[in-house]
Parts: sequence; C-alpha cells; structure tokens
Amino acid sequence: MEAVEHSPNTPLEYQTETGRLNILGFWIFLGAEIALFSTLFATYLVLVGRTADGPGPAELFEISGVLIETFLLLTSSFTCGLAIHYMRNHSLKGVFLWIGITLALGLGFLGFEIYEFVHYIHEGAALTTSAYWSAFFVLVGTHGAHVTLGIGWIILILIQLKQRGLTPDTSRKVFISSLYWHFLDVVWIFIFTAVYLYGMVM
Amino acid sequence: MASNNEQTNSHSHFPWSHVVGFGLSIVLTLLALWIGFYSGFSLTTIMVIVVGLALVQATIQLLMFMHITESEDSSVQVGTILYAVFIAVAVVAGTIWVMSFGMHYM
Repeated sequence: MEAVEHSPNTPLEYQTETGRLNILGFWIFLGAEIALFSTLFATYLVLVGRTADGPGPAELFEISGVLIETFLLLTSSFTCGLAIHYMRNHSLKGVFLWIGITLALGLGFLGFEIYEFVHYIHEGAALTTSAYWSAFFVLVGTHGAHVTLGIGWIILILIQLKQRGLTPDTSRKVFISSLYWHFLDVVWIFIFTAVYLYGMVM
Repeated sequence: MASNNEQTNSHSHFPWSHVVGFGLSIVLTLLALWIGFYSGFSLTTIMVIVVGLALVQATIQLLMFMHITESEDSSVQVGTILYAVFIAVAVVAGTIWVMSFGMHYM
C-alpha cells in the first residue's frame, strides 16, 4: 500500500509520483480559476451603479444574512482543514466526522444563498433587471455553482473512502477536494469585500 | 514557513495552525466590517484597507489551510498562484481603468 522509499512522515497523498503531480496540477487549475473569477469581478465592478430603474445593492443587501453566509463558509473551510489533519493522523473516523460537518456547513451556506437570491428576485432584482444585477447574479452565482459542485464531488469521494479506506489514491482525492473547498472560501472573501461590503458602504 | 513544515511532518495531536488561521480569519472579517461601517474614513480609504485585509486573509488560507508551501513542488505552486494573482490584478484594475473613461456622469 505504501511506497517504501518515503519517510513514514510523508503524508499518504504525497507518497506517489502521481499523487504529487496531481496536486501540482490542481494548483495550476486553481490559477485558472483565479483568472476566471477575476473576469467576473472586473465585469461586476464596471457595472456597479448601472441599476437602470431597478433597486440598488444598498437597498437590498442585509448585513446579517451576509455575515451568516460568511461565517458558515469560513467555518467550513476550518473544519475541512481539520479533516486533512485527521487524515494525516490516519484517523478515518476523524475524516468522516469533519468532512461531514464541512458538508453540512456548505449546505447551510447554499441554503442561505438561495434564500437571499429568491428574496432579491421578489424585491424586483432579477438576472434581467439591470446590468448591475446581471453581473451580481453571474459572479455570486458562479461561486454558488462551485460550492454545489464541490458538495457533490466530496460526497462521491466519501463513498469511495468508505469502500477503500485511506490509501495514497483516496488520500490524494480528499486532499485535492480540500484545496478546492478552501479556494471557494478564498473567492468568498473577495465577494464579501468587493460585492457586499462595498455595496453597503457605497 | 516553520509552522507548515511542522504541520506536515509531525503528526501532532492538536492542529494549532488551523485554529490560529481560523481565529485570524474571523478577526480580519470583523475588522473589515468595522472599518466599513464605523471608521468614518472616505470610501477610497475604506476600500484600500478592506481589499488589503482580504488579501491578508487569502494568504492565511493559502499558507495555513491549504499548505501551499509543503510539497516538493511548492515553488511551482507558489509561482502559479502569484502569476494568477498578477493576471487577476491586471484584469480587474485594467478593466476598471479602461472603462472609467467617459463615465463621469455616474
């Protein structure tokens, strides 16, 4: 199961050449994701104020909902990190527990976000209302779609983990999905700052 | 970073770097919020500070949660992300700058 030439302290996910290169490849993918989100941020920031006859962000954004979403995602990023910590202590139970909490927090985040979107649409701010709200829904919605995809992906990895246990293969998959999850929190930090905080302070 | 090597190589029982990273993230989020609503600075000053705080928080995530520096390939990983950040800054700042001309009626 374990490659012999490595020290016992090398985490499982780095023990094979494939594992190491897949993790590197995923970092390169994250670089491309940064470029993708930067185009959406650029579009959003240019269209700030282009609300046509529709409502503006300051009228609709509510700090409490945004803070709940922010802390749910931030905490899920933390618990996801704990899952990796337990994986490196070879505790399969710890991985299931903390990934489970991570997914629950992620679902909570999605729930609040969907509620928020539905609320805006009821208040007359939909995708087609104005250039501003188009840019808003595309930027924040792309992030939400990533979270949704991440939850589905991690559930599939958990199923595989249940079947095969902690091997260099499954550890690598858990680790890479954790990078993805942390990355979604990084993107949210900038959405919180450039969309919500800016929108409410403006 | 020393703390990262520790995280990787010794299977310590308590994940200190994660707890510290989590605490710092919360503090930075609340600090950004306070500066936004209660500092009384001008909008430009507020945005410069809170974007700076967001960058600090993103760096904390990369170092303390994602362990970007722990792999044998860490220099390539860090290089990729720094290059991506350069692209992001060029795209966002460049777009805002280019699109700002002729928009003074806003």
